[in-house]
Amino acid sequence: MREITYREALREALIEEMKRDERVFILGEDVAIYGGAYKVTDGLYKMFGEDRVKDTPISEAAIAGLATGAALTGMRPIAEIMYIDFSTQATDQMVNQAAKMRYMFGGKSKVPMVLRTQGGAGRGIAAHHSQSLEAWYVHMPGLYVVMPATPYDAKGLLKSSIRDDNPIVFIEHKMLYGMKGEVPEEEYLIPLGKGEIKREGEDVTIIAYSRMLHVALEAAEALEKEGVSCEVIDPRTLKPLDMDLIADSVRKTNKAVVVSEGYRYCGMAAEIVTRIIEECFDDLDAPVKRITTPDVPIPMSPVLEEEAIPSAKKVIQAVQEIL
Amino acid sequence: MPFKETKEELLSLLKQMLEIRYFEEKVWELLARNIIKGASHVYMGEEAVAVGAISVIREDDYITSTHRGHGHCLAKGGKLKYMLAELCGKATGYCKGRGGSMHIADVTKGNLGATGIVASNIPVATGAGYAIKLRGTDQVCLCFFGDGATNNGVFHESLNMASLWKLPVIYIIENNLYGMSVSVERASAVQELYKKGCAYNIPGEAVDGMDVIAVREATRKAVEKARKGGGPTLLECRTYRYQGHSRSDPRGVYRTKEEENYWRKRDPIQSFWKRLIAEGVATEEELRKIEEEVEEETNEAEKFALESPYPPVEELDKDVYVVK
Ligand SMILES: Cc1ncc(C[n+]2csc(CCOP(=O)(O)OP(=O)(O)O)c2C)c(N)n1
Ligand SMILES: [Mg+2]
Repeated sequence: MREITYREALREALIEEMKRDERVFILGEDVAIYGGAYKVTDGLYKMFGEDRVKDTPISEAAIAGLATGAALTGMRPIAEIMYIDFSTQATDQMVNQAAKMRYMFGGKSKVPMVLRTQGGAGRGIAAHHSQSLEAWYVHMPGLYVVMPATPYDAKGLLKSSIRDDNPIVFIEHKMLYGMKGEVPEEEYLIPLGKGEIKREGEDVTIIAYSRMLHVALEAAEALEKEGVSCEVIDPRTLKPLDMDLIADSVRKTNKAVVVSEGYRYCGMAAEIVTRIIEECFDDLDAPVKRITTPDVPIPMSPVLEEEAIPSAKKVIQAVQEIL
Repeated sequence: MPFKETKEELLSLLKQMLEIRYFEEKVWELLARNIIKGASHVYMGEEAVAVGAISVIREDDYITSTHRGHGHCLAKGGKLKYMLAELCGKATGYCKGRGGSMHIADVTKGNLGATGIVASNIPVATGAGYAIKLRGTDQVCLCFFGDGATNNGVFHESLNMASLWKLPVIYIIENNLYGMSVSVERASAVQELYKKGCAYNIPGEAVDGMDVIAVREATRKAVEKARKGGGPTLLECRTYRYQGHSRSDPRGVYRTKEEENYWRKRDPIQSFWKRLIAEGVATEEELRKIEEEVEEETNEAEKFALESPYPPVEELDKDVYVVK
């Protein structure tokens, strides 16, 4: 099969969906002429014109709100927020407007929009450009949250997100854009709410998403050499969460480690750990572990940044502690 | 027009602009060599704005900075070596290596901080203004931000409050014609950005941001007024960033070589240099000597930064909270 990058996979998804449905349009900062800060929308304005690929002023609140209003009135906007760190300015529109409108107005309206953004550390760009804020959005009734880790998943999930009738926060990872992987030429979709076993194993289940999937796979590879067989699961969408897949695996291995790049306190890892305890308590042979970024703003200094984010070494250590 | 300033003051303005220029050139070089990691937004071409404006305030006055903050940091008393160490993520940097380029500030000097979130310091500066008012001192706060930031909600919310409550804040737009790739023309319904003050009854003024003396004069007037309780002013300093937004910015896709050359011909350092000689303030040799000093200082800063240690990893979670 051909291999393309995560960035190209996302770009293909956008192009295919914009061709398929003329209600789909993109707006965001530097998405047109510049092609997006991480070049995901490169060349799209030439293909679809400046009205469907719209460079906006630096106005995150209005970008998210405008997308909400356009979605409410029949369009299918994709709003790009350059860094999830700046999405904080768009949060009111996302959580108080987009997320709640359907419910508040008696289930009679809908907000089919995607807020595309990217997060994560790894580039040494400090506290305002490196965070993993998915927990903010999974917390909110009415929003779905999608976080793909591979080119294949990125494409299939972005297409499904654009077609879905709910407001979706689609979070990419800045360190994955250049990663290559197999993506078929033919069209495919990946349903929201379906995770995937990325590596089969018997002894312990590691649940990881976004860039942390690759950290978990690296740890699993190393543990294999020591005779420890890890099953690695990527939920791919944090909400809806494929709890069946996770629970089935934990019932088989009886041990679980959750890896997340988000802050520890009330993070996504805390949610998954709780769900495992709620649903698989009797099957557990050891306490469930979580590896997260500690509760500190992401520092710029490369040595501190590396220390802050979860590594394969820390995952290996956690697995060894519960074997 | 002859200068009002003393020779010493004039040479200090030149020196600071040269320090920023040499610093930024060094930063660009270290980025290319991958010694500085991450992103750095450099201030080359815009030196006259920070230097001119900050030169008229006192040490106990405040400023707020931006993602393009090296110039503000230096003009508010920053030293090249601690700045460069910060950009390299070293323990000896102003923020102990935690902030890097985007958060560079010596907060002990009244620089309240540089921010990675566009426009986010505009309300912070407004808050400093309110604190000054409550304390009843005659301090002021200079609030720097870009043209792009004027399209963000907090700009409008802050200007409204500052005018309503007559706060001693001088809002300084560094209009370099672009917010990343998006020109003012394509981002702002109002092209003459100083006019945005109108909506909030704040007097605005367009200033030649390539002329350090013009920036100084405009800021001086605004500061005098603010110190006397006359409220805020909005200054639009028209300037240009020579380099790309950051290193990965090709810039050719949204602006022309002709435009770049036009602005480079109006270089704030060269034009001031020529004027100092033409007005008989100093000789070419005197100025060259200053430049040589700056060059040496920059090289020493590089050596200091490279030889400095990284922060110890045990300090990762220090200072998240105030702990008694
Ligand atoms: C809230 C927010 N939105 C977007 C960005 C990404 N970004 C960083 S700098 C910049 C352009 C800022 O333009 P301007 O205010 O004119 O300042 P300049 O870079 O020209 O000095 C953008 C869009 C950001 N850092 N913060
Ligand atoms: Mg600008």
